[in-house]
Amino acid sequence: MRSRLHHRWYVPYLFLLPGLALYVLWMIYPLGYEFYISFFDWKIMPGQASRFVGLDNYRNVLQDKNFWLALKNTVRYTVVTVAGQMIIGLALAVLVHRVFIGKRLFRAIYYLPVITSWVVVSFLFQFIFSSNPGGLVNYLLVSVLGILDEPVRWMSETNTAWVIIYALGIWKGMGWTMVIFLAALQSVPVELYEVAAIDGAGEWRQFRYVTLPMIRRTTLFVLVALIIGGFQVFISVYLITGGGPLHRTEVVLSYMYDRAFNRLQFGYGASLSYILAAIVVFVSFLQMRLFGQPAETD
Amino acid sequence: MKETTLSIHSIRRRGQLRFQIVILLILCGGVVIAMAPMVYMASTAFKAHAYIPEFPPQFIPHNPTLDNFKTAFSSRNFLTALFNSVRVAVATSALVTTLTAMMAYSFARFDFPGKNFLFYSVLAMMMVPTMMLIIPQFLVAKRLALLNSLNGLVLAYTAGAIAFNMFLLRGFFEGIPHELEESALIDGANHFIIFLRIMVPLAKPALSTVAVFSFLGAWDEYIWALTVLTDVQKRTLPIAIANFRGVHASDWGLVFAGSLTAVIPTIVIFVFFQRYFVQGITTGAIKG
Repeated sequence: MRSRLHHRWYVPYLFLLPGLALYVLWMIYPLGYEFYISFFDWKIMPGQASRFVGLDNYRNVLQDKNFWLALKNTVRYTVVTVAGQMIIGLALAVLVHRVFIGKRLFRAIYYLPVITSWVVVSFLFQFIFSSNPGGLVNYLLVSVLGILDEPVRWMSETNTAWVIIYALGIWKGMGWTMVIFLAALQSVPVELYEVAAIDGAGEWRQFRYVTLPMIRRTTLFVLVALIIGGFQVFISVYLITGGGPLHRTEVVLSYMYDRAFNRLQFGYGASLSYILAAIVVFVSFLQMRLFGQPAETD
Repeated sequence: MKETTLSIHSIRRRGQLRFQIVILLILCGGVVIAMAPMVYMASTAFKAHAYIPEFPPQFIPHNPTLDNFKTAFSSRNFLTALFNSVRVAVATSALVTTLTAMMAYSFARFDFPGKNFLFYSVLAMMMVPTMMLIIPQFLVAKRLALLNSLNGLVLAYTAGAIAFNMFLLRGFFEGIPHELEESALIDGANHFIIFLRIMVPLAKPALSTVAVFSFLGAWDEYIWALTVLTDVQKRTLPIAIANFRGVHASDWGLVFAGSLTAVIPTIVIFVFFQRYFVQGITTGAIKG
C-alpha cells in the first residue's frame, strides 16, 4: 500500500473535529442518554423530580398489549412491503435492463415516487383511496374493472386501512429497489450469459443460475436496508390512520411517539425505543449471518 | 443456404421485436401505476372546491383554475413556511457538505490513532433507526434552547445526514490519486490548502451528490419539525401542508396546491442531477 501523507499528528483530528463534535452531541450522546432515561420515571415538567425505577419501564413495555399489537403490525408491514418492493423492483429492473429504448426515462419515472415527500404521498393516498365512488381506486375497482359491486369504505376497517398503508409503502419504495437492482444487473459480465446460452440454458435458467447468484450481495443489501426501513414506518401511519381506532393500527414508532410526546412518558418511550433498536440490530445481524456467509464459501 | 440463415435471422429478429413490445407494454403499465397518483394530484390542485373526489375522476380538469395557488400564496403563513424551508434546506446542505467533506478527507488520507474506531462508530449508527433517538434529542435541544428555532432544525438535520454522506465521500476521495497532493506538499502547501485547492475541485461530482441529498432530506423532513416547532412563524413547508389538510373536511385542491409547491423543486432538482442520484444511491450497494 502507498504511504499515507506526511502530517503533524493533530491535522486529521482538526479535519474531523467539527463534524464529529456535532455527531457526538446529536447521535452518540443521545444514545447513551436514552439508555439512562429508560431506567427512570422521567419527568419533563419543571419542578418534578424523575424517579429511578430500575427495569420497570422495560417490564411495562413487554407487558403492554398495545406494544405487542404495534410490534405485530410493524412486522406485518415489513414483511408485506419488503416482499412487494423486492419482487416488483427486481422485475422492473430486469425489464428495464432488457428494453432497447427509454432505459433512462423509465428509470427516472419509477424513481419519482421515491423522491416525493412522505407527507405529500400520505395525503395523496388518503385521497385516491377515498370512500367515495369517485375515489380513484374505488372508481378503478368498481366502474372500470368491475371487480367489486360497490365502493369500499377504506378507512372504516383496520384491514382495509392497512391496504392503503401497504400500497403506499410498496408504491413509494419500488423505484429505489429497481434502481439498485438495475445497477447490479448492469455489472454482471455479458460473457456469463453467452456461456450459459451456449450450454443451452434458456431465459429462466439463465436468470436462476447466472443472474440471481451474481446479484446475491446486492439482494442482501437491499433486504437489510428495506427491513430496517420497514421497522421505521411512521409518517404514513401517523397521517393516514393516526394509529387509531383505539391503537388498532399503531406501529412501534407511532406508539412510542404517542407515549412520549402526547402522554409525556419519556421513560416508557425510551425503553420502547431501545427494544425496537435491539430488534432491528438483531434482525440485521441474523440476516448477514444467514445470507452473507455462503456467498464467500461458494 | 443463405436464404435459410436469412429467414432464421428474420424470425429471430421478429421474436426479438415481439419480446421488446411485450416488455415495453409492461413497463408502460408500470409507468401508469407510478405516475397516475401524481398526475391526479397535480390535476386536483387546479380544481375548485375539491372537498370530495368527483365522479368520474377527471385527470384533466373541466374548468382549470389557479384559485388554490392564489389562496395558498396569499396566506402569509404558507409563504413564511416556504421561505423557512428554503433557508433550512440551503443551510443544511452547505453545512453537511462542508463537514462531511472534511471528515471524509481525514478518513481517506491520513493514518492516525483511533481512526478505525471513530470511523466505525459513525458508520454503526446508520443501523440505528433515526427516530429512536428523538426523545433524548428533544431533551438535548431543550437544554440548548434549540427547540423552537430554525437553527436547531439545521443542526438536527445536519447531524442526521453526516454518517451516510461521509461514507459516500470517503469512497470517492479514496479513488482520487495521491500524486497531486504529494507534489503540492513538496511545494510547501499545507493540508488545508491541499483540501481546498485540490480535493474539493476534484470531488465536485460527489460533493454535488451530497449537497443535493442533504438539501432534499431537510426539505422534506416532517417529524422533528412537527415535534419541536411551536411558533407559527417558524413552520416549515411539510407542516404548512399538513395544516391545509386540517382534520375534517379538507379542500383537497388547496392541500395539493401546497404539495405541488413542495414537490416541484424536488422534481426539478432530480431531473437536473439524475446522474448523481443514481451514483449516490448505488454506492455501497453494488460493492457491498
